[in-house]
Amino acid sequence: MSTVWLVVLVVGVATVALKATGPVLLGDRTLPEPVARVVALLAPVLLAALVVTQTVGGDNELVLDARLAGVGAGGAAIAARAPLPAVVVVAAAATALVRLVA
Amino acid sequence: MAVAATVWFFGASFGLVARAAGMGVAAPLVLSATTFAGSAQFAITSILAGSGSAVAAIAAAVLLNARYAPISISVAPLFHGPRLRRLAESQLIVDESWALSSRGDGRFDRRLLIGAGLLLYAAWVSGTAVGVFAGKAIGDPKALGLDGAFPALFLALLVPQLRSRTATQAALLGGAIALVLIPVTPPGVPIVAASTACLLGVRRDEEAA
Repeated sequence: MSTVWLVVLVVGVATVALKATGPVLLGDRTLPEPVARVVALLAPVLLAALVVTQTVGGDNELVLDARLAGVGAGGAAIAARAPLPAVVVVAAAATALVRLVA
Repeated sequence: MAVAATVWFFGASFGLVARAAGMGVAAPLVLSATTFAGSAQFAITSILAGSGSAVAAIAAAVLLNARYAPISISVAPLFHGPRLRRLAESQLIVDESWALSSRGDGRFDRRLLIGAGLLLYAAWVSGTAVGVFAGKAIGDPKALGLDGAFPALFLALLVPQLRSRTATQAALLGGAIALVLIPVTPPGVPIVAASTACLLGVRRDEEAA
């Protein structure tokens, strides 16, 4: 089995199971408070890590390139309360522009 | 509808980038149909494109989707009937359908959750299909600046998560861990390692209490 299909299969099954956790298994139970807090923090932590790795991540090295301009422009759009699609378009345009000029 | 259009747009982006990352046509479609969770799918694409290992991609994606356990528990009372039916309906839970169905008092609206979930599912899978097939015609995602668009997307998804000081501190710590590990570990590992920041965040919270 190829790497791609292995990932698709395992992640697909795992996600189906995760989404089914509450409705199928835990009708009226709730997570213990400390566990719930840990899991609640996973989303911000992993999203922050994704922002970092996708902005300056390379193959075993830090790479500073046009993506920085894209994230900067995207950040400005977020600060201006632009809708999600606009943020992405602005970031892509800034990245493409800087890459074209550089 | 605006949310569905956004999701469709990202589905197309995912299809395009997944194709460019060498995932082919069928695998991205199957992934969208089964996983139906944007950030995890983009993380997989990014790790595989960076020649990361299957284990790193799976670990990062499963960790990213771990939030669906508590999310699905929070809406568990809305699901009735046979287990298979509850299993099928629970797959319509996604960040946006869940958020849209919140009444703001800790309870959720079943019709909104299912309705929005169906709409978003259709948008996500059809967007992916357009992305994987149009990808070849559109060309190099890098020329379009798409590689700069994804960190901005994650930043936009991150900002609403920073509702507490603990969440902000944990996010900063996670970002720092990832930054430090990028040069010394295989792609994907920094993201997984950064997840330990959520444990530190909670411990700090308990000490403060």
